[in-house]
Amino acid sequence: MKTSIIKNKIVTAALLAGACAIAIATVAPKTRVASADVNPANPKVIEITAEKFDFTPNEITLKKGEPVILRVTSADRVHGFMSKPLKFDTDIAVGKTTDITVTPDAAGDYTVICDHYCGTGHGSMKMNVTVVE
Amino acid sequence: METKLDRRSFLRVTGTALGIGALYSVFPTLTRSAGAGAEGITRTLAELNGEAPAPFSFIQLSDTHVGFNGPPDPLGTKAFENAVATINGLKHRPDLVIVTGDLTHDADSPDEHAKRFKLFKEISGKIGRGAQIKVVPGENDAALDGGDMFRQFMGPTHYSFDHRGVHFIALDNVSAGRPAVGAEQLAWMKSDLARFPKTAPIIVFTHRPLFDLKPEWEWFTSDGDDVMNALAPYENVTVLYGHIHRENFHQAGTTKMYAARSLIFAFPDPVTAPAKKPAPFDKAQPFKNLGIRRINGNARGGDLQIEEVELATAEYSGTVGMDQMLKHGSNDAKDE
Repeated sequence: MKTSIIKNKIVTAALLAGACAIAIATVAPKTRVASADVNPANPKVIEITAEKFDFTPNEITLKKGEPVILRVTSADRVHGFMSKPLKFDTDIAVGKTTDITVTPDAAGDYTVICDHYCGTGHGSMKMNVTVVE
Repeated sequence: METKLDRRSFLRVTGTALGIGALYSVFPTLTRSAGAGAEGITRTLAELNGEAPAPFSFIQLSDTHVGFNGPPDPLGTKAFENAVATINGLKHRPDLVIVTGDLTHDADSPDEHAKRFKLFKEISGKIGRGAQIKVVPGENDAALDGGDMFRQFMGPTHYSFDHRGVHFIALDNVSAGRPAVGAEQLAWMKSDLARFPKTAPIIVFTHRPLFDLKPEWEWFTSDGDDVMNALAPYENVTVLYGHIHRENFHQAGTTKMYAARSLIFAFPDPVTAPAKKPAPFDKAQPFKNLGIRRINGNARGGDLQIEEVELATAEYSGTVGMDQMLKHGSNDAKDE
């Protein structure tokens, strides 16, 4: 499984404002994003916002063998973004964006967690990733 | 002259972190067995540590979460207080108690968090007869402020000391915010260990597991492999940790790693449970899964004698007793 992380790319204020707007939708309702019709030379980008104590969206679907860029920002404080089987583990800082290129090599269900402690609801901050054939 | 030593004749750390705490019996068999080599090592360690190894026992407590008070466990600090009473009731009281993190439950307000540290010190201070209490932080204690408040109330987040000929290392894998020890602390640990022979008895205590027990439940340390690699040359290493609120045993090479139960509620079996949800409170058995396991070794390293010691619930029996126990406010009840 190929994964690369481009850390801490500074974004413009406009982009950040957009990310924060996404993050306002916070608790519980499941938000789904699926990758489809991806050109491997130009991977699809899925924007993800971290905010205590949720990721938005909190469910995404990827295709086995197809690269995708997870573009992660934080709306409030530093969070973690970690999945051992998908092979990434990085901090997500406020005011920056982190691009993680993932090419899943096995179908299945995976969990991404925040592994940078962010408060008493930290243990429930996670995102589900479904990889289909 | 280099003194060689058969591992079997050197030291046995017998124990497993079970119950509300665990009583570890340390039996350096060389102190009991005959042989010139054993005497030589005893002298060597006495020179290194200032104290030769001698049989002793100690207690491990973990995850007291002082301040947590609500579902699933409405008992607040009752199990912690009961553990202290149980320790004080032991015929042979230990002179060392270690606490492997999450002394307090995190609070949004620094003032409230400070109160919780004060209450932890008040309760743990009742452990009698001058027992040393050595602690490491959990993420609830130290991850939001980099360990500032922990240091204010409890002292450094990592350190080492010698106790009856055994070298103890307190390792902090929480205050970076992430489950990590970090390069600086790792370098310190290597330097700290450098003066010891490879056969030295070493006990590392920390909060999170140093191996990938269940990463998707955050039961891991990201640079745990680096720590284990640094410990690998040492033949007599035991790691004691908490965080997972249940018993666990894992061995890597010659290093044995034991997790302790918590003093607040249990987490499920990571192999079979679909999610990390606290075990529900059982009013009929308020201290279910809590208790002390006493482990006694023997000088020849034979079978271990294990004795389960349940927490007494007599004083809370009946409706009145239960109501008294349940008279706690309810606040931030989360899954950890």
